[in-house]
Amino acid sequence: MRLRNFNIGRHLRDRLHYSWMLLVLAITMIVPVALLSGLIYKSSFLLSEQSFFQILFSNQWKPLSGKFGFYPFIISSLWVSVVSLLIAVPICLLTAIHLTQYAKRWVLNLMHPVIDLLAGIPSVIFGMWGILVIVPVISNYIGPLFGKNISGYSILAGAIVLSIMIIPFILNILIELFRHIPTELKETSLSLGATQWQTVKFVLVKKIFPGIVSAFGLGMSRAFGETIAVLMVVGNVVHVPKGIFQPGYPLPALIANNYGEMLSIPLYDSALMLAALILFVIVLFFNFLSRLIIVKSNIHN
Amino acid sequence: MDLRKIEEIFFRILMFCSTVIIAVSLIIIIFSTFYKGLPHLTWEMISKTPKGGFYFGKEGGILNAIVGSLYLSFGATILAILFGLPLALFLNVHIAHRRKLVNVVRFVMDLLWGVPSIVYGAFGFTIMVFFGIRASLLAGIITVTLFIIPIMVRGIDEVLQSVPRGLHESSLSLGSTRAETAYKVFLKQSVPGVVTAILLSFGRAIGDAASILFTTGYTDHIPTSLSQPTATLPLAIFFQLSSPIPQVRDRAYAAAAVLFIIILIISILSRFFSKRYQKNKINF
Repeated sequence: MRLRNFNIGRHLRDRLHYSWMLLVLAITMIVPVALLSGLIYKSSFLLSEQSFFQILFSNQWKPLSGKFGFYPFIISSLWVSVVSLLIAVPICLLTAIHLTQYAKRWVLNLMHPVIDLLAGIPSVIFGMWGILVIVPVISNYIGPLFGKNISGYSILAGAIVLSIMIIPFILNILIELFRHIPTELKETSLSLGATQWQTVKFVLVKKIFPGIVSAFGLGMSRAFGETIAVLMVVGNVVHVPKGIFQPGYPLPALIANNYGEMLSIPLYDSALMLAALILFVIVLFFNFLSRLIIVKSNIHN
Repeated sequence: MDLRKIEEIFFRILMFCSTVIIAVSLIIIIFSTFYKGLPHLTWEMISKTPKGGFYFGKEGGILNAIVGSLYLSFGATILAILFGLPLALFLNVHIAHRRKLVNVVRFVMDLLWGVPSIVYGAFGFTIMVFFGIRASLLAGIITVTLFIIPIMVRGIDEVLQSVPRGLHESSLSLGSTRAETAYKVFLKQSVPGVVTAILLSFGRAIGDAASILFTTGYTDHIPTSLSQPTATLPLAIFFQLSSPIPQVRDRAYAAAAVLFIIILIISILSRFFSKRYQKNKINF
């Protein structure tokens, strides 16, 4: 009798756990749908008055007269994330190859906490570092080098700060990829007389090329959505930037900077939510594509 | 010399340089934060809330932000554990045999992980307006929870995947229920990894500014209930850094040093845990 009670208790507990897990799964799967529909709902107020493409390609940003053109912000976002990716790509690739193919044990032991720590630093601190170090360096050294007299708050500053932020993220994926390459592949190449660098260049990189592309895709989407650190150093001037030394005003910064007044101007909140929606869709698209490449190329198996 | 040799050496140097660049960037970040922050990190800074004239450089400290940040991230982490841990166990124990479904869930989690925190912030704000909630600690906790759930689930999931399949089968064959297999076998096997994943999520929660910009508000008082707005460290740094008064900016540096110390503690703790509990693991 006692044994049976005990059993009922166990199975009841099992059922309860099962129900809670199922509920949790359902709730988490609803989150992306909720995100999407919430943002669509809020931005529908603006979209019912103005056409989407007009908003996307207009560079008139005058909230007070109801003109919301996202073009300058989207172009700024592209500038910042592409330049940051250009900085991060060679550094990440070379470091990943170094750490997985060449480096000695102590370098690995040293770099592991470095990458971990870098990945954990909050974005405000990156932003502050940008203001304290990167902005003065650009204003005093890099600017004059190109014959420009600038404040330093520029696309370049945002891109440099961003690149340091996305490096640990990309690097972790790349190291994982390089580690999963079968050793035989490398040994075959080396035994045929190729140098180590030739092996890396012609065999290893070729083998995981789709993975490398998707790692950078993920890094790009991370860069596209980063807010606070970029906002602090990029200058925030509404215009279509034409070079890396000009200030910019990326999409996330637009949302973050104007939340205070968005409820006092008609349609302003709707416009900002549309900005968030655009950001969400772009990032989701990049992520989706990159993850799909990883899954399709079966790198992890 | 052979051209191939030159190429080899050239790229070796480049690779070494890029590794050094990464390490040096971290050192510069740490150094500049502490160099600027530590001189202003007085006892008053961390033991007092802002007094009148604080934002003109008069007395007070950032206790409100420190306590607010801790409330927020502990609340969010606990909520996220309640959701994330069962979900990760569910994937690896209950529905582990349904590969397709598990992969879809993992895929969605990865997608959610990639969503920028500002989007969560904007979404949280939309919900707040919809339900008529004011900017408060509760709204912040909910937003941050949504934001860290995917990080936690993927973190824990990654560890659980390494639990040997045979252990799963033997546990079930001995008559344990699936819940017992999940919590008593899988969880026990992967404690260090789970703790690390939780600490990582906690670090994300305490460091993120964009998701709470809309949702927590900002106040000089320490919140006494969930419905009150609260200050947080990242926002304290962000707001005070934009002040034209040097004394106020100095406080931002001090606040950044505090935040950095918290992040360092989290990082050291997670290393400690993964080293210490590694011993209890059964080796196959």
